[in-house]
Amino acid sequence: MSAIIEEHHHDDHHHGPAKGLMRWVYTTNHKDIGTLYLWFSFAMFLLGGTFALVIRAELFQPGLQLIEPAFFNQMTTMHGLIMVFGAVMPAFVGLANWLVPMMIGAPDMALPRMNNYSFWILPFAFTMLASTLFMDGGGPNFGWTFYAPLSTDFAPPSVTFFIFAVHLMGISSIMGSINVVVTILNLRAPGMTLMQMPLFVWTWLITAYLLIAVMPVLAGVVTMMLMDIHFGTAFFNAGGGGDPVLFQHVFWFFGHPEVYIMILPAFGVVSAIIPTFARKRLFGYASMVYATSSIAFLSFIVWAHHMFTVGMPLAGELYFMYATMLIAVPTGVKVFNWVATMWQGSMSFETPMLFAIAFVILFTIGGLSGLMLSIAPADFQYQDTYFVVAHFHYVLVPGSIFSIMAAVYYWLPKWTGNMYDETLGKTHFWLSFVGVNVTFFPQHFIGLAGMPRRVPDYALQFADYNMVSSIGAFLFGFSQLLFLFIVIKCIRTGKKATAQVWEGAHGLEWTIPSPAPYHTFSHPDEVDLKEAHG
Amino acid sequence: MTEAVPKPRTVLKLVLVAFGMFGFGFALVPLYTVFCEITGLNGKTGEQYTQSTVEEIDKDRLVTIQFLTNNNVDMPWDFRPQVRSMKVHPGELNTTNFYVRNTARTTMTAQAVPSVTPFMAATYLHKTECFCFEQQQLATGESLDMPLRFIIDRDVPPEIETLTLSYTLFDITEQPQDQPAVAAE
Repeated sequence: MSAIIEEHHHDDHHHGPAKGLMRWVYTTNHKDIGTLYLWFSFAMFLLGGTFALVIRAELFQPGLQLIEPAFFNQMTTMHGLIMVFGAVMPAFVGLANWLVPMMIGAPDMALPRMNNYSFWILPFAFTMLASTLFMDGGGPNFGWTFYAPLSTDFAPPSVTFFIFAVHLMGISSIMGSINVVVTILNLRAPGMTLMQMPLFVWTWLITAYLLIAVMPVLAGVVTMMLMDIHFGTAFFNAGGGGDPVLFQHVFWFFGHPEVYIMILPAFGVVSAIIPTFARKRLFGYASMVYATSSIAFLSFIVWAHHMFTVGMPLAGELYFMYATMLIAVPTGVKVFNWVATMWQGSMSFETPMLFAIAFVILFTIGGLSGLMLSIAPADFQYQDTYFVVAHFHYVLVPGSIFSIMAAVYYWLPKWTGNMYDETLGKTHFWLSFVGVNVTFFPQHFIGLAGMPRRVPDYALQFADYNMVSSIGAFLFGFSQLLFLFIVIKCIRTGKKATAQVWEGAHGLEWTIPSPAPYHTFSHPDEVDLKEAHG
Repeated sequence: MTEAVPKPRTVLKLVLVAFGMFGFGFALVPLYTVFCEITGLNGKTGEQYTQSTVEEIDKDRLVTIQFLTNNNVDMPWDFRPQVRSMKVHPGELNTTNFYVRNTARTTMTAQAVPSVTPFMAATYLHKTECFCFEQQQLATGESLDMPLRFIIDRDVPPEIETLTLSYTLFDITEQPQDQPAVAAE
């Protein structure tokens, strides 16, 4: 952060950042905005994590010890909303801001002022969302999937603030995505073709299209809720001619692409890190691009696998079951390619690589439990149990979040100019790795044994595994404070990083000095296309 | 910053896609209704049946139809079918009654919403007269016998031996009264 301030000329493209706090409010620099997104995301990660620890503390033992069931419901809801919309999505947008222009040799994002707006909407959206906890009747208590009419007829009055918060997040995401697409399509260095782009750029291009396609549907569904609550319509109220199941269809039409929005950029990160530390080119670059596109396409036609138990004709169950299983094919291609990249590579195990390998292994476990859930007849047993909780936490925590941490460790020397403390980084990795597995692995067992999700109390037979799970959650949660410490330490001090930082790193971002200057690739002739991707 | 790029057109297209998808979200509502009408998904029954020609009665077959009544949350009325189940011939016109009484201290308006299980059977149940086509307003203590006249289609698949017609009674006193009744849409 302690960038050197050069002479300040308004018309000079090479000036440094403005001074003082207002720099961050007015900034249109993609690196500044990337930093803002990442810090915001980390703050939300800690807030959502605190809610998770409230949940795990209550579930440490059977019976009600700490909080009321009504408040417990608010915690599960807010944990989900904050982690999905506040932590994971902004973190990937932050990475896109920092990295996409540097990877394609662009001077900045295509629409810098809009970039500033799309970030600064977020603090307002989440302040509004979090403030509902202090309102009469409490915050949203209907689960992050906010099924109507639970979220309309039976919701606390604060639901209106929740709806507007979702609108704001949606606007922010759509603006951010338009920016990413326009940047990638129009600002690539001269001569760089689409198939020369690093995979992180590819996965973000596809993610951005998904966001533009489905965030408006989410905005639509919350608008229908708003109209049901305040304007006397009956979209989801059977008494007035609506249909509650319609809500689930519209919601999951958004919701399923949404889960890929949270994982595709992670694929891109891992596809950048594994070749570096295996000192080999990525195996099957083109197949990675096609696999990512196929996953994105399939995400639009499988939504009702979240709804196997609502009552569907047999043909519907079969179609959604087979379509869902089909997703395992391109995903399998990806996992195969990562393993093949490591095969006979000259591997070293720095912190980013540890997180990336853990990603491959643990994400695959989460994917396989997803495959179990896709079996429609078996899903009747798994639906709404802790097995589902275990499944999506395996793909989101050691999936998305591990990839974000891997990305931070991998590119941190480029951002700050200093190497992070490798010993502390590895300690953080092992604490997180053990914490995640101790937390979520037992949840498979209690789920299969029949423990429902979103309950503050449970039968005695589930007591042991819940206690183990809670211990793991506290271990994982508190080890993230170590992450915070490592990042701050790296910003302030540390061994100076070289331009290439990692021995095996290839890509345009490694051709510029560390820390990355405030303005990069201002002229197209600064770009050496031979380094475009590893 | 470096060169002129044709980005306004890309931006415009993407913004249009975003607005289009917002509209698509709303378009899903009528699409879903049409889809359910065609397939009978969700057990939605059709509107009033007005076939003029008398159908031939299939005397060789008997189909059991069961009647269920439910009250939606906080709906205090007494609501029950006069008979719990009937055995009927496909093609035959049948009549039964549902009893309803307002047990609340105020005048209330109610709307019954039908649903058929199994879903595939929904398109074979024709209602020539149903209280669910209109709303009921009853004063305190007032009661009503509400008729239901229906025909089971002769083409009902042989594997359907029993079908269940379930009504849920909703309190719509607070809702705007000008809304069309559910099944008469």
